[in-house]
Amino acid sequence: MSKEWPLWEIFIRGQNGLSHRHVGSLHAPDAEMAVRNARDVYTRRNEGVSIWVVPSAQITASAPSEKGLLFEPSQSKIYRHPTFYDIPDDVGHM
Amino acid sequence: MYAQMIKSTGSLKSREDMTPEEAAFQDRIDAGDKIEPTDWMPEGYRKTLIRQIGQHAHSEIVGQLPEGNWITRAPTLERKAILLAKVQDEAGHGLYLYCAAETLGVSRDDLTEQLLSGRMKYSSIFNYPTLTWADIGAVGWLVDGAAIMNQVPLQRTSYGPYARAMVRICKEESFHQRQGFSIMMKMAKGTPEQKEMAQDALNRFWYPSLMMFGPSDKDSVHSAQSMAWRIKMNSNDELRQKFVDQTVPQAHFLGLTVPDENLKWNEEKQGWDFSEPDWTEFYDVLAGNGPCNADRIEARQNAWNDGAWFRDGLMAHADKRAARAHAAE
Repeated sequence: MSKEWPLWEIFIRGQNGLSHRHVGSLHAPDAEMAVRNARDVYTRRNEGVSIWVVPSAQITASAPSEKGLLFEPSQSKIYRHPTFYDIPDDVGHM
Repeated sequence: MYAQMIKSTGSLKSREDMTPEEAAFQDRIDAGDKIEPTDWMPEGYRKTLIRQIGQHAHSEIVGQLPEGNWITRAPTLERKAILLAKVQDEAGHGLYLYCAAETLGVSRDDLTEQLLSGRMKYSSIFNYPTLTWADIGAVGWLVDGAAIMNQVPLQRTSYGPYARAMVRICKEESFHQRQGFSIMMKMAKGTPEQKEMAQDALNRFWYPSLMMFGPSDKDSVHSAQSMAWRIKMNSNDELRQKFVDQTVPQAHFLGLTVPDENLKWNEEKQGWDFSEPDWTEFYDVLAGNGPCNADRIEARQNAWNDGAWFRDGLMAHADKRAARAHAAE
């Protein structure tokens, strides 16, 4: 059995100057072909002005089991949000 | 519906019979949470989804064949360009779905192998031939119309990668149905011969389209678990009724007759009464005895075999370049 083409994660920058955004993945033999395939698979309707491709194997992800450890500490820090502070109406817009 | 008769692994468990992990998982689904690839999931959920998404992907890919049949014979250059774009979309839809299935731990080659060996199915509808240009209209109007009925609710399915693939697909699918209806309008308002072709296409595709939703609810044995997991959102009969209610007025607009003597408006249920398709035919087509089953698999097998040198060649080239770059470092 021959070798399967590796998997690539595809990121596209939309028309409106936003960041590149993950849109999906695809198989390709190398980076150059991944860009070409991404153009056909993910931008058939003018969805982007720039494409990034990243080998899926190169992505390091946080472990789902550490979700609590990583993200719960920020939940109690409500003073990081502007709505925590009461500013009298008389002060005007702030 | 591109996924029919998906057997779910494991029967519906009562809460008392669930392990704590299973109960927590069900709670997440009931709360409308999306399940992501690295999250814990019951083995049955994973296996059932691989079957369902895999069958859906295969249907998109095999679905290119009946339409591809008419690309070189489209009546105008514009129709040809449109049909090419539509068939290219179907390839894209297959790719989105294969990638969603792969996040569950099955490889692309494994999925392809299972299609070619017949262990995985694709929708029964693609085992019917497209004999005339009007069939291309009927396929877009009816087959894509039926697919949309099923795919729109699946945008809210519990498995994140599947739901996201559905969002992309639904965005693109409505063009498919409209281009089909546009062909039907042209034919139905054309010469008497053209109108006859349109009627003939409707006659042949009506019941196979109704079969796309799968067997009647009373014979649909695998639904309860899939519905609890939110990977099946509506019952087969519910979607079939919706499809008929939407399509009958469109047929009337075209001046065509739905080939069903029992078709009658039911004031009480505010929907159409209609005849069920011939389920013997449905099971027969699924078993491999439809008009085109052998042709479809042969075409996919040939594409796979004929493309082997290309897949291997590009991989060898990429490996060689990577080795050279490595040596130069």
